[in-house]
Amino acid sequence: MIAPESLPRVLHGATGRPLTLAQHEEAFGPMPTATPSLDLLESSGLTGRGGAAFPTARKARLIGEQRGHNKFVVVNAMEGEPAAHKDRTLISANPHLVLDGAQYLARVVGARHVAVCVSRDDPIMVNHLQRAVHERDRHATRAVSFELHTPPWRYVAGEESALVHWLDDNESLPQYRPRRPHVLRIGHAPVLVDNAETCAHVGLIARYGADWFRRLGTPTSPGSTLVSVSGAVARPTVLEVPLGVPVRAILERAGADPDPQALLMGGYGGAWLDARHLDVAYANDALAPLGSSVGAGIIIVLPRSGCGLIETQRIARWMANESARQCGPCAFGLPAIADDLARLTVDTPGAGAAYDRLVDRCGAIEGRGACRHPDGVVRLVRSALQVFSAHVEDHVRGRACAASRSNHHYSAVPTLEREEELVWE
Amino acid sequence: MGVRRRAGGFVLLVNPILCDGFGHCAELAPDLVHVDEWGYPVIVTEPVPLANLAALESARYAVRGCPRQALRIERVSDAH
Ligand code: SF4
Ligand code: SF4
Repeated sequence: MIAPESLPRVLHGATGRPLTLAQHEEAFGPMPTATPSLDLLESSGLTGRGGAAFPTARKARLIGEQRGHNKFVVVNAMEGEPAAHKDRTLISANPHLVLDGAQYLARVVGARHVAVCVSRDDPIMVNHLQRAVHERDRHATRAVSFELHTPPWRYVAGEESALVHWLDDNESLPQYRPRRPHVLRIGHAPVLVDNAETCAHVGLIARYGADWFRRLGTPTSPGSTLVSVSGAVARPTVLEVPLGVPVRAILERAGADPDPQALLMGGYGGAWLDARHLDVAYANDALAPLGSSVGAGIIIVLPRSGCGLIETQRIARWMANESARQCGPCAFGLPAIADDLARLTVDTPGAGAAYDRLVDRCGAIEGRGACRHPDGVVRLVRSALQVFSAHVEDHVRGRACAASRSNHHYSAVPTLEREEELVWE
Repeated sequence: MGVRRRAGGFVLLVNPILCDGFGHCAELAPDLVHVDEWGYPVIVTEPVPLANLAALESARYAVRGCPRQALRIERVSDAH
């Protein structure tokens, strides 16, 4: 058993190679055979670690109440955010912990199948999971069957409705869900989708209990979480931290620039956080008043020498390219926003007009896509205009900063693929 | 008996995946829908009272006239 207040938890026993099933059971102890209970999850207060921070127990209850014997649990290890490395780190350390959690969730909701989804563009991860699933099958007299699925890597492919769409119909496109909560289905079978890290926490809660889990973190955001820190750091790292620690402490542990200009919190659909707020607690209820959130556990550090507008523009451009192009406001609105940002950052006479148009367009496309992809970009752009407002003024007046002319960038945005080369199925 | 009181309101909802952006709905229900710069519908989001029969009628026109069947009227009970 891991001592309640010690870290790491989900990364416990990491050796650089994924633990085999035998090593895993030695490190964490066997899974309890008692009937799994939803109340245990409920009292642990675990929330989803994939970005939305929805209470895991509530989601499981909704699926548990659905009729049908043929339910699915989907483990989402797609990691669509280019700045996120946590699922990769987790699965290269403790793949069986993720599968334990998924199996537990399957027993809670009465599912027979667990579909583990990982992007095919990451062969090492596919390999790790294949081996882990295979190992389980050999030992199995278990009522739950595991299967591995490898959708193509796209930003929106990890969105849960897109993932279920892929499993159902081989297309990584989000679905229209007017009413929430919405029960996603493969054929007629209800599906519970949970992030890989969430599953790993479930695997620990099942073993050690809810009180153990709550010994770290805050009463409203209990437990620990994985954070991917990149940007102005010595080396991009993934850390496991208790929720509620000051953001400054996370940066210190990651070896980041101690005096940054701003932080991009939550990922490409997240929000910039001004460096004045470095002492805020890393938990959703503390970050929300600042317009920020934990999101998928991503922090990108922007040093004083960087230009936040340029970084935002590059991210927005990439996000526009990653739109699934199903909905007009997203397919046309996001490239328009990226264009406006580009016009704003170079010193042309049109910068002032571009700024006004940008603000209008952000208002115009918000909430009008089938999924939250455009809303994420709007959030990012709005936070950039606010946090870097003084800087925006300089750009509008035609005094572009030195950083915007250099080729050094802090967000590792992937290169743009041409539209006809994007793979969705 | 008598005239049933029409409590509550309705909203017109569009499925953005189905919508093709030719903007017929904006012509059929000009009070509820206008089009954005790319031709896609922007719909009034506050519930319209059901008692506003003219608006309800035009919303029905739009729903019937939408070539992609992307529109839907949803009743909202907590208006008023
Ligand atoms: S909002 Fe964008 S990403 Fe989401 S379904 Fe529509 S087109 Fe695709
Ligand atoms: S009529 Fe239908 S398809 Fe045409 S713009 Fe309106 S909602 Fe879209």
